[in-house]
Amino acid sequence: MSSEFIAGIVVFVLAAFVGFEVIAKVPRTLHTPLMSGANAISGITIVGAIIAAATGTGVLAAVLGFLAVTFAMINVVGGFLVTDRMLEMFKKIPGKR
Amino acid sequence: MVELAYLLAGVLFIVGLKGLTSPRTARRGNRIAALGMLVAIIVVIVDLIGLDAKLAWGIVLGGMVVGGGIGLLLALRVQMTDMPQLVAAFNGFGGGSSALVAAAAVVATNAVIPTETAVTTSLSLIIGAITLTGSFIAFGKLQGIVPSKQVFLPGGTATNAVIALGAVVAAGVGIFSDSATAYWIATGLAAILGVTTVLPIGGADMPVVISLLNSFSGIAAAMAGFVIGNQALIVGGALVGAAGLILTIEMAVAMNRSIPSILFSQFGGGATAEDIGTKPVNRATADDVAIALAYAERVTIVPGYGLAVAQAQHAVKDLANALEERGIEVTYAIHPVAGRMPGHMNVLLAEADVSYDLLLDLEQANPRFPQADVALIVGANDVVNPSARTDPDSPIYGMPILNVDDAKTTIVVKRSLSPGFAGIDNPLFYEDNTLMFFGDAKQALEETLVAVDAL
Repeated sequence: MSSEFIAGIVVFVLAAFVGFEVIAKVPRTLHTPLMSGANAISGITIVGAIIAAATGTGVLAAVLGFLAVTFAMINVVGGFLVTDRMLEMFKKIPGKR
Repeated sequence: MVELAYLLAGVLFIVGLKGLTSPRTARRGNRIAALGMLVAIIVVIVDLIGLDAKLAWGIVLGGMVVGGGIGLLLALRVQMTDMPQLVAAFNGFGGGSSALVAAAAVVATNAVIPTETAVTTSLSLIIGAITLTGSFIAFGKLQGIVPSKQVFLPGGTATNAVIALGAVVAAGVGIFSDSATAYWIATGLAAILGVTTVLPIGGADMPVVISLLNSFSGIAAAMAGFVIGNQALIVGGALVGAAGLILTIEMAVAMNRSIPSILFSQFGGGATAEDIGTKPVNRATADDVAIALAYAERVTIVPGYGLAVAQAQHAVKDLANALEERGIEVTYAIHPVAGRMPGHMNVLLAEADVSYDLLLDLEQANPRFPQADVALIVGANDVVNPSARTDPDSPIYGMPILNVDDAKTTIVVKRSLSPGFAGIDNPLFYEDNTLMFFGDAKQALEETLVAVDAL
């Protein structure tokens, strides 16, 4: 295996552990926004999509690249925006209890 | 330099996710993660321009405008009650994009890929395709386009196993014989597998399915990161994969079921149609319910999916306000799998301006029911079914439930006596101290509010 690939695996495993540690104790109230926000982060594939779309040659590559960028952008823009919309509503109303 | 900028994006994702773990910091956390995404997008574009300015920028720009526009529109238009299907759709687009990135790599290399990268390419194609089609079936079920009941396919689990095996074999052929066709067959089979796996899963299990697909979309992105040798994708994807997995496990625990049993087993049954609706129940009117509520000291509201369907979150809040004005203490008990996605009820009640510290978890709520005068159940069923405690033959036996039957009086607002998604009868409805108020949740609560005000 190339050292680049192994470095990738190291990063993957460490990032997964960070993910588990950071998220393990999320209050249930926030499960939906957490999921929707995390989902938006999975749109990071936009980076790969942009590379594929920009560097591809031929019609098939162009179609795949265009669709990849479109899908990823829906995920990124929609995901972060809708999470923000949701979180805007989460309020602790003072004076109660 | 580029690597360091991607590292910054990764760090912003982690800080952002950390922020999402507390209500106070969640909004800022989401924005920090979005900033990380912006950094990554700018870096990749600047990096590519530096390599060669004459690339296919029209396609990139076109995709960004079209995708960004669709995302913007969906995010701004969606009703909070429809959030589960929107998240399902976004999951699908993310997974689909990762599969397309891997597909583009196959095309660009004519499928001549070093073995290790070829393995991750296959995984990205397969997991991405499952996420894409599985998410759209989940979307269809939640939107009511696809029947949300369990649909049984011929052969069941065995069929799925054969399709999965076929996808793995095809991917193996692709990896070792550099065959693009084999990769496409693997992707196609995975796409079919997404459909055949999610189609048989009933609506009540959707919180688990959506969490798992969320995890898959992250893993697909991480695998795509290996394909193109990009650390930002690996970090972001691994974080989401872990987050989705935690939620999946938590949902499964809340239903006392294993993840494989949800994905691969047939669930439901129990009572037959004749059993249900023949036993006597205490039918109540809005006035009966109003009196029970108005003379209580402590009321706990238990919302379920019926509240979302009827868009009754504001009606609940209005009624709670009227009760609080009378000096009655109102709290909300939220079962972890109430609704169709994790935390669904919390979002709806937040939309109706219910303070989040009034929402009690299962563990907080159950010790309080014995002190509650009224448990008001709005559109929930299986999560308050006492047979989960008492009937070892029940399909939901062992599932932690909200012990609403500990309250002095239980009021159930429900369309009819029909069973929940688990398809089982609920003995709670026939208890002496249970009042059944049949009707659409929103309308029923509005009528109750009028009756309370008239007292």
